Amino acid sequence: MTAAEAVVIGLGGFVGAVLRYFISTKMNKENRLPMGTLAVNLMGSFLIGLIFGLELPKLWTVFLASGVMGALTTFSTLLKELLQLWRSGHRREALLYSMWTFGFGAVLAYAGFTIGQLS
Amino acid sequence: MKQALYVGIAGAIGAICRIGIGQLLEGSTDFPIKTLSVNLLGTFILCLLSAGVIHRLTTDERLQTSITTGFLGSFTTFSAFSMETVSLFQNGQLVLSILYFSSSIIGGLVVGIIGLRIGNRMVSV
Repeated sequence: MTAAEAVVIGLGGFVGAVLRYFISTKMNKENRLPMGTLAVNLMGSFLIGLIFGLELPKLWTVFLASGVMGALTTFSTLLKELLQLWRSGHRREALLYSMWTFGFGAVLAYAGFTIGQLS
Repeated sequence: MKQALYVGIAGAIGAICRIGIGQLLEGSTDFPIKTLSVNLLGTFILCLLSAGVIHRLTTDERLQTSITTGFLGSFTTFSAFSMETVSLFQNGQLVLSILYFSSSIIGGLVVGIIGLRIGNRMVSV
C-alpha cells in the first residue's frame, strides 16, 4: 500500500462507513431481519462487481473497491446480527437473513461484473 | 451528526488496517486468505465486545459506536468476499470457491460463538 493508496482507502473508508451508519440506523430494527445491513451488503456486492468489471484506473479501483465498498459493507456486523437473532429465538429471521445475504451476495457481484464488462 | 463523523473517522482507520493487515499475509496462493483473516478476526472481536465487554472498556456511547460500527464494521468486508467467491468461480477454481464461501460462513459462526462465550465469561467475573 503506497501513501497515496492509504489516503484514498482512508477517504473511501470514511464515506463507506458514514453511509452504512445512516442506512443501518434508519433501516435496522431490533429482533427483525436487519434490512439496513442487508441493503448495504447487497448493494456493495453489486457495485464492487461493477467497479472491477469497468476496469477503472488503479487508484480509482482502490478508492472505490477497497475504500468505499470495503467499508460500506460489513462481515462482522452481519455475523453478530445472525447470532443475536438465532440466540434470541428468532430462528426464522436468522435463516432468512443468511439466505438473502449469502444467496444473493455472489450473484449480485457477478451481475455487476458482467454489466461492467459490457459497457 | 457528530456521531456520524466519529464513525467515519473510525471507518477510515478500519479500512486502512484491513488493507495493511492483508498485506502482511501476502502469499502465492489463490485462496483469499487476507479477506478471510480480517473477516474472522473482526467478527471475533465484535462478538466479544458485544457480549458486554465494550461497556467495561468505555462508558462513552459515542466511542462504543465508533469502535463497533465504525472501526470493526469497516475492518471487515462483505463485498470483497462476494467478489472473490465469483472470481475464483470464473477462473474455474470451483473447489476453492466453494471452500472459501463455506469456510467464511462456518468460520464466522464459530469465531462469533467463541467471542460471545469468552465475552460473557469476561463480564460475569
